[in-house]
Amino acid sequence: MSLLLPRPLGERAGVRGEGNEESIMATDSMTQPPPVRPQPPTPNPQSPLIELRNLKKYFPVRSGVFSRVSAWVKAVDEVSFIIQPRETFGLVGESGCGKTTVGRTLLRLIEPTGGEVFFQGRDFCQFSAAQVRQARQQMQMIFQDPYSSLNPRMTIGAIIGEALKVHGLARGEALDRQVGVLLERVGLAATYRSRYPHEFSGGQRQRIGIARALALEPQFIVCDEPVSALDVSIQAQILNLLQDLQNDLGLSYLFISHDLNVVEYIADRVAVMYLGKLVEVAPVDELFRNPQHPYTLALMSANPVPDPTVQTQRTVLTGDVPSPLNPPSGCAFHTRCPQAMERCKTTPPPLVRSGQGTAEHSVWCHLYGEGTDE
Amino acid sequence: MAELTHRVALEGEAELPKPETPLQEAWRIFQKDRLALSGLVVLVLLVAMAAAGKVLTEWVVVFDPATVRLPDKFLPPFSSVSQALIPAAHHPLGGLYLLGTDELGRDVFARMLQGSFVSLSIGFIAVGISVTIGIILGGLSGFYGNVKLGLLSVDTLIMRFTDIMLCFPTFFLILTVVALLPPSIYNIMIVIGLTSWMATARFVRAEFLALREQDFVVAAQALGLPEGRIIFRHMVPNAIAPVLVSATIGVAGAILTESGLSFLGFGVQPPYATWGNILASGRGFIFDAPWLFFIPGLAIFVVVLAFNLVGEGLREALNPRLRNKG
Repeated sequence: MSLLLPRPLGERAGVRGEGNEESIMATDSMTQPPPVRPQPPTPNPQSPLIELRNLKKYFPVRSGVFSRVSAWVKAVDEVSFIIQPRETFGLVGESGCGKTTVGRTLLRLIEPTGGEVFFQGRDFCQFSAAQVRQARQQMQMIFQDPYSSLNPRMTIGAIIGEALKVHGLARGEALDRQVGVLLERVGLAATYRSRYPHEFSGGQRQRIGIARALALEPQFIVCDEPVSALDVSIQAQILNLLQDLQNDLGLSYLFISHDLNVVEYIADRVAVMYLGKLVEVAPVDELFRNPQHPYTLALMSANPVPDPTVQTQRTVLTGDVPSPLNPPSGCAFHTRCPQAMERCKTTPPPLVRSGQGTAEHSVWCHLYGEGTDE
Repeated sequence: MAELTHRVALEGEAELPKPETPLQEAWRIFQKDRLALSGLVVLVLLVAMAAAGKVLTEWVVVFDPATVRLPDKFLPPFSSVSQALIPAAHHPLGGLYLLGTDELGRDVFARMLQGSFVSLSIGFIAVGISVTIGIILGGLSGFYGNVKLGLLSVDTLIMRFTDIMLCFPTFFLILTVVALLPPSIYNIMIVIGLTSWMATARFVRAEFLALREQDFVVAAQALGLPEGRIIFRHMVPNAIAPVLVSATIGVAGAILTESGLSFLGFGVQPPYATWGNILASGRGFIFDAPWLFFIPGLAIFVVVLAFNLVGEGLREALNPRLRNKG
């Protein structure tokens, strides 16, 4: 129930012990950092903006009279990736695969069960509450539903200016001016500040949500399906606005979406998620030209092409997504994979890598060999 | 492309209607409900009457509810005073008993005026107490519910206590407590308040649980706003609507409870008049002097109905799902 409240550390540590697949799901970040990191370490300009190492979020399932924890839902299981400054990192997957949980956990809006989040080289998970509040000025979020993401009882000006006021960055006339600038920045008239959210359309509300996220001048924004609640023409406007803002302000995005066309349009690199785990990470062109994981292939073939004359070869998956409560052994995808082998049922898939640096293409699949590391 | 985007959004600036605050909008929707509006009119009149009652029966005694005029007992409404038998100082205003007299020849109109203040103040103060307790306990339970206190979570402790309180038959609990305490109007207010907060606590808890998952609350956390601000600026204003509705209906319930207590003789004690004890004393003369029974009964009925209608109207007006359609 209380996903937003900090959990006692002991609870987290207990779960961390359960996950013993670390050697298989390993990435280059396997080398564990020393348990206590000196605080505050100096930000390293060379390091990636965001680095996730084996991020885990398990939700307890409680049952019985005394609400004992009877099982864990592994919403996010050993997810690792890197986001560079000024990069748009796409995260795709079907509903319920844990995309949103990744976004919220990495902002510590939900406390992670295990793993690390490095922000500018500093371990964000070790931050104290006050440090987190400070760091939140650098990391913001844009939400999927433009109707529930704005407080219906506050004016637009109050919504956008609130963070500035609370963090003591502006007040009085300067605050008004800054709110006006922000509104114009996202393509709305500054005079809208005295209006209430219900007077705006979905696209306008999404712009207001973006202005709110921009108020603290963050470097990194988690965009949680920011356009999936909007119709196509408005989607394009919002995507272009996000791109303009990225160019002008040097922002980085984690762009969560289930819409492959949108991700192809906006992302630089893309990760594909299935049942809480990454199955493939690659630069956007590479992924769309040369998808390797059978799940990515199926996802691509399910993507509608807006041209009735194009005949597509569809790979239709059978069955439903298995419950993350009781994920399949070995490769989580083996129950639906058209190319599943005996090995897939028992052994978790290895990480297979090709390419170098930011062009690296990673896939977690038995089809492509035994793995390239460890 | 960027310029185009901006131009598209900037258009239509002039076409938007004048800004309407949520309050204005709620009032607009409320006005459409004729029944609720008439309920509100009744309540406004009642408040005026109660205020007038306090002033005119106690401070500037125009209507004296306590004067006994034995020659004029059991006079029906609109009877004139018996000039010959009653000293001039004891004449009612205009020499007319608007609502008749009771078994001691006391002016029922004056007694009703005095009683209206008692009823309303008990209703509002008791509900004020119950809503305050309900918001605090419900809010704690909803926001800090997962914090553990020993073996049990805050949520478990508070909600199980609420369940225990709900298990008592409220009216008998009040009767017991009032029988032990000296019968004063303040004790009755407090006792009614302390035994009627459970529904509000559950409402507020449910609203808080739902609100905490709402994106705008998550956004407030992402902006690094302090917890107190999130609770009082973002959550309470959005949770208050159903509380207001239940409070309005709760006032009606408190007035009924007080009348019931007074009727049974456990409430405000005679000679101080309340609608409940006017009704109780009228009970004995229901065939000889039916107005003694029907006037307070009708007053209670109208007031409770008005509060309920206003509550229903508020429910419509404050319901966010209906707002945009209005």
